[in-house]
Amino acid sequence: MNIEWLGRQFDTIVFLLGWHVLLTVIPLILGLLIALPLGWWAHRSRRIYPLLVGVAGLLYTVPSLALFVLLPLVLGTKILDPLNIVAALTIYTVALLVRVVADALESVPEDTVQAAKAMGYRSWQSLLKVELPVGVPVISAGLRVAAVSNVSLVSVAALLGIPQLGSLFTQGFQLRFFTPIIAGILLCVILAMILDGLIILLNRWLTPWTPKVVAS
Amino acid sequence: MIKFENVTKAYPDGTVAVDGLNLEAPTGKLTILVGPSGCGKTTSLRMINRLIEPTSGTIYLDDQPTSGMDAALLRRRIGYVIQHAGLFPHRTIVDNVATMPILLGESRQKARTKALELIERVGLPASFAKRYPWQLSGGQQQRVGVARALASDPAFMLMDEPFSAVDPVVRGQLQDEFLRLQSEIGKTIIMVTHDIDEALKLGDQVAVMRVGGKLAQMASPSELLTSPADEFVADFVGRDRGYRSLGFTKTAGAVAIGEEAVVQLGASAEEARAKATGAWVLVVDGSRKPLGWAQPEQIAGGELKREHLNLSGIAAAASGTMRQLLDAALSSPSRRGVVVNEHGELIGTVTATDVVKAIEAEPHLETAR
Amino acid sequence: MNYLFDPRHWTGADGIPTLIGEHLLYSLIALAIAAVIAVPLGIYIGVTGKGVFLIAGLANALRALPSVGLLILLVLLISPAFPSKMGYILPSLIVLVLLAVPPILTNTYAGVRAVDAAAVDAARGMGFRTMKILTDVQLPCSLPLVLSGVRSALLQIISTATIAAYISLGGLGRLLIDGKAQNDYSQMVAGAVLVALLALFFDQLLAFITRRVVSPGLTRRTIKSASIAEPAKTPVTV
Repeated sequence: MNIEWLGRQFDTIVFLLGWHVLLTVIPLILGLLIALPLGWWAHRSRRIYPLLVGVAGLLYTVPSLALFVLLPLVLGTKILDPLNIVAALTIYTVALLVRVVADALESVPEDTVQAAKAMGYRSWQSLLKVELPVGVPVISAGLRVAAVSNVSLVSVAALLGIPQLGSLFTQGFQLRFFTPIIAGILLCVILAMILDGLIILLNRWLTPWTPKVVAS
Repeated sequence: MIKFENVTKAYPDGTVAVDGLNLEAPTGKLTILVGPSGCGKTTSLRMINRLIEPTSGTIYLDDQPTSGMDAALLRRRIGYVIQHAGLFPHRTIVDNVATMPILLGESRQKARTKALELIERVGLPASFAKRYPWQLSGGQQQRVGVARALASDPAFMLMDEPFSAVDPVVRGQLQDEFLRLQSEIGKTIIMVTHDIDEALKLGDQVAVMRVGGKLAQMASPSELLTSPADEFVADFVGRDRGYRSLGFTKTAGAVAIGEEAVVQLGASAEEARAKATGAWVLVVDGSRKPLGWAQPEQIAGGELKREHLNLSGIAAAASGTMRQLLDAALSSPSRRGVVVNEHGELIGTVTATDVVKAIEAEPHLETAR
Repeated sequence: MNYLFDPRHWTGADGIPTLIGEHLLYSLIALAIAAVIAVPLGIYIGVTGKGVFLIAGLANALRALPSVGLLILLVLLISPAFPSKMGYILPSLIVLVLLAVPPILTNTYAGVRAVDAAAVDAARGMGFRTMKILTDVQLPCSLPLVLSGVRSALLQIISTATIAAYISLGGLGRLLIDGKAQNDYSQMVAGAVLVALLALFFDQLLAFITRRVVSPGLTRRTIKSASIAEPAKTPVTV
């Protein structure tokens, strides 16, 4: 590790890290917001579930580099536009979380749902006050997987020249220089761990009622 | 009052769950729907709060047809207790109980105060209020379920197998406490069970349903035992119904209670032998409460100790039923059944022969319900 | 799309069939090595309960590792020791195996664990020896989950092998990387479409195989247990 090089490149690294965080977190939030209603829909309808989960599965099989390259065709963007990355990762997040949200709602005990209904909760009240809160542990488990994968997926965009921590890898390769590569890997892992930890904390805060913290 | 008028539930595939049901659950009484699985009892119950919509016919709540009401508002007027309690896992016990009042627009503060009262009323310590459902046993959760249903002080309660998910000992306790509670609050209740013993024990009236969703008989428990309407009801009520019907016949002084000589712990073998009738002598404590039976020849020189006691006998209350009296006689090693007063103090003993004689003279006896 | 329909691109040493062949060769070698490591290890951990910490820890840590970084790091470390093509093939294979092991390992473990304890007990009661229980009860019952792990691993491998073109590995990734270098977007699109189709084809093929080899007596129950053991398909992190 060349500490001196790191010191000189500090501003650049912070800039790359900032982009990496944005490209990871924005799709995560967008994906969750889109997956919640879709997952609810899949949970509600026996016919829609296999359809949505099937399409989600197919989208998930498309390799990320391929998706990054194909999206400009659909969106009309330039190949270097970071919007492609946001769109691609949002697609992956939705694909992962649709099934998670549907399964989370499915995991709410039938007795609980029936009790809410019998006490006179309207269906939206039951969804917001009973089913979603009870489904939080399952949803956050899925969100953790999505967050950690997104961090890794973003770095692939470096091969197309979109700046984020992955740029440190390509730079290191071109210069045959280990320092940026190791720094990039470390920062990626740390970022993934921080996001993972934040979701764990959020889950713990939202579910004081669970017997114990959900193990990873 | 809850009234079913020609209520039928048929599914698109042709199965008929409930077929032309006519039934009236009187105000302040506990009506039980009982029958084998597939007889439509749960479907009938769930049609009352419209968790299931009837195909035809009308259900009335105090003479108002439920069909025109807003389903959610209707449900808020009816307490509902189910088999596994169905508590909200994400809310504390007190918040579970406070659910209905809050839904009905009461302030959180007031609803919680009321909930705390109810938690104690169903026999749970107030310290449970801040716990979450997973920290409670099945029986405790079921009590919370009852408290939650009572929280909005509904005039009607529906209970779907409320006590079947707990072990027999706890079930007995819950049933006894529930009877006591109902005697205080007098709600109009319809309860579903598959357990005929539970139905006979708890019900003011029992509706026996048969597969296909038809009402077989609606009667008081003792009437069901003594005059079942047909073979199906007779079979469902069970073989030993003659014996069990004694459970509804008060003794009311009809049985002659004999004097019984007693000894206390610490008595010598000689004293025990002198007081014994046959091989057995009854042992009581200082306030004449029965402790058990002992055989003088086993005391062998020393004095009477706890280890000499045979505890198999069950004491019956003088105010109890013929069944309890007969059981006391049959369970006693001396074949003399111990009879006690309301304070648990010895009155005397009865023999099975005495009880049977009284039963044979039954027309003179007052029936319990 | 022009690139795809130009017959010149379908022949020769850098023609599309050659690239597909290379892509498959590397992918299947890596998958075979990963399975040979992960399946026995997963069974061992599942049956004995030893080393469970490996499962959670390893799976999460490896998911967080950026594969591009790993790939480049290994190439720089290993290539000086090998004068030939092995200098980039070997690190690529190592990374592919490394990424394929966790999904197979965790799923095999979860599969063995999810086998109905009563079935194992009954087998033992009927006089099955430990080995026989494994081959006749535990493995067939855990097969759906094992195969779902293999499916995730293969997608992961196909996806990562594409990226390995950046460090000169052959395969369909060449079209993407070379297209980028030559500013030839139609070549990149051709590569992307082919890689996506390849991944879809193998995903469906494995789904088909799973349906064929898994006992129908299991399918209903294991769909449920699979969703408990693993909320969704192990995601491809490349």
